[in-house]
Amino acid sequence: MNIIVCVKQVPDTATVKFNRETGTIIREGVENIMNPFDRQAVEAALMLKDKVGAKVTCLSMGLPAATDVLKEAIAMGCDDAALVSDRALAGSDTLATSLTLAAAVKHFCDVDLVLCGKQAVDGDTAQVGPEMAEHLGIPQITGSLTLDYVDDKFVVTRENESTAQTLACAGPLLVTVTKAGKEPRFASIKGKMKARKAKIPMLTVADLAIDPATVGLSGSPTKVKRSFTPEHPAIHSEIITEENADVAVDMLVEKLLEAKIITR
Amino acid sequence: MAMIVDRETCIGCSGCVSVCPVGAIDMVDDKAQIDPVACISCGACLHDCPVEAISVEGPAVEKKEVENKDGMDLWVMTELENGEPVGVTYELLGVTADLAAKAGEKCCAVLVAAEAGDLPQKLIAAGADKVYVVAGSQYVEYDTDLYTDAVCQLIATYKPSALLIGATADGRDLAPRVAARTMTGLCADCTALDIDVESKIVEWTRPALGGNLLATILCDEHRPQMGTVRPKVFKAKPMDNSRTGEIINFICAGDVAARVEIVSKEALAGVAGIKIEDAEVICSGGRGMGCKDNFAMLEELAGLFTNGSVGGSRAAVDEGWLPHADQVGQSGKTVTPKIYFACGISGAIQHLAGMNGSDLVIAINKDPQAPIFQVAQYGIVGDATVILPKLIAKIKAIKGM
Repeated sequence: MNIIVCVKQVPDTATVKFNRETGTIIREGVENIMNPFDRQAVEAALMLKDKVGAKVTCLSMGLPAATDVLKEAIAMGCDDAALVSDRALAGSDTLATSLTLAAAVKHFCDVDLVLCGKQAVDGDTAQVGPEMAEHLGIPQITGSLTLDYVDDKFVVTRENESTAQTLACAGPLLVTVTKAGKEPRFASIKGKMKARKAKIPMLTVADLAIDPATVGLSGSPTKVKRSFTPEHPAIHSEIITEENADVAVDMLVEKLLEAKIITR
Repeated sequence: MAMIVDRETCIGCSGCVSVCPVGAIDMVDDKAQIDPVACISCGACLHDCPVEAISVEGPAVEKKEVENKDGMDLWVMTELENGEPVGVTYELLGVTADLAAKAGEKCCAVLVAAEAGDLPQKLIAAGADKVYVVAGSQYVEYDTDLYTDAVCQLIATYKPSALLIGATADGRDLAPRVAARTMTGLCADCTALDIDVESKIVEWTRPALGGNLLATILCDEHRPQMGTVRPKVFKAKPMDNSRTGEIINFICAGDVAARVEIVSKEALAGVAGIKIEDAEVICSGGRGMGCKDNFAMLEELAGLFTNGSVGGSRAAVDEGWLPHADQVGQSGKTVTPKIYFACGISGAIQHLAGMNGSDLVIAINKDPQAPIFQVAQYGIVGDATVILPKLIAKIKAIKGM
């Protein structure tokens, strides 16, 4: 079984803080990490590898610095990795990115399963996975909560707003992963050594035989007209710092009664 | 993929440093330097540079003519749950009817369903001027392949100017698939929409970085222009049953088979019995709740209010303290309750993005510096697991329960 996992290097948005007075993002101390949902996807791939045996290849598109997250994936247990990196890809939106990654998947192998994180926490679009599936001409399941391989079929659970579903598909298939079903594993010592020695091949647009006009800024139908910081209306805030919990609760309830938020 | 600065052209005015919303630009040797990892390619600096020293590298391409550039109709995809349109469908019809009226176009609903029944009339009452119906027993459940095929055949035949889809789990499954098949742009999770009356170009505004940055996106050279919108962002119009509209029945050519099989499905209910997105009062817990058992306190608090439900932060869901369906935030649900209790939630920007439309926020957190207090009207600095039992007892006493 050939599995390809797509991973993205993102700023750790959970540690990004915002200064409401100046309207700027505080980037101090913010590290670049593997997108958390992609880490779940890597774990889901490795769980299948443990169960039925598979070759797991990690793929990323980004700057040369993104080799860090690919090495991390190898340290976790992935067999191989490659980075698509090219100046011609600058300014790619999700359509251009998905075309590039789909070309990279085709470049590698006859794939049985492509895994992506549900969404990247920097852009939060959740679009690249399904768009890749369309370019590859394979079916998709989005937002998986568990992933298994039973009787020659991938069995995936997912939820929408009203139902929990169990879906099955023989593959080739693309799944976007919300959760692997268990915590992503840590890198083993052996894995770390393998990652340190690993040479991550870098692929260009020419290597993938992509028409440069279809990727990067020129291949991106969406363009940013402007970006701006939203105005946060000042709110009247009454925060109680009283240390005695009983007194603090009395004070809060008094305020809520006054404002008719709770009624007798 | 980042912007680049031509150091020869750069005059070192440092104007771009202050416009960069993510602080990715520094002055190095009196020239602007963009940190490629931090750069989010938003283009803010591009427009601000007085000497056009900033660019995104890429080959020059000839622009192709857009087929129906002058615009036609604005379409809304209908999503059904138990045979009825979901809330976001009505919300999108409301906002799209306004946009269509402004631009002198028509607001149309797309209905893919096992049978149309009285649904077209409901969609018309909610704001549609026209309803495109694709009916057949194969559409009884949402399926990526079948629905993508139906929507794309409609697009190819009637050539809409724009297509809006609710950013639900299934909507976010369908929209990118349709966008990729029609090779057009898609803007996710829009929070504001506008249309240029002259060019009929839709202006899609979406939050980035947890809502601390907003970007207005255009898709001016491809049709349809596509976007998804989260539930509860716009308000539906009151149903007007006197409205009339055109109903167009469409039969898909060819025979597409579903490739993914539904093995089983079961109905979901929220922790407290009602779905979090429908709750009027949400009692949410984060890492500060300490353990799964303490979520019983939140259930008890929620039970004191009509239409109360329990939610949580991503940290709480990651710990396995509550199901993913009840997660509030950027990678979970957007909620707009009347009262939102945030207990032991620090308020990472991703969480705030999912609940900052709440009418009233009450926060309980140990850390007085926690960002959640910046968006809370009321709050107590303290351990949520200590405060909550006392608060529950007090409210019970007041209500005579």
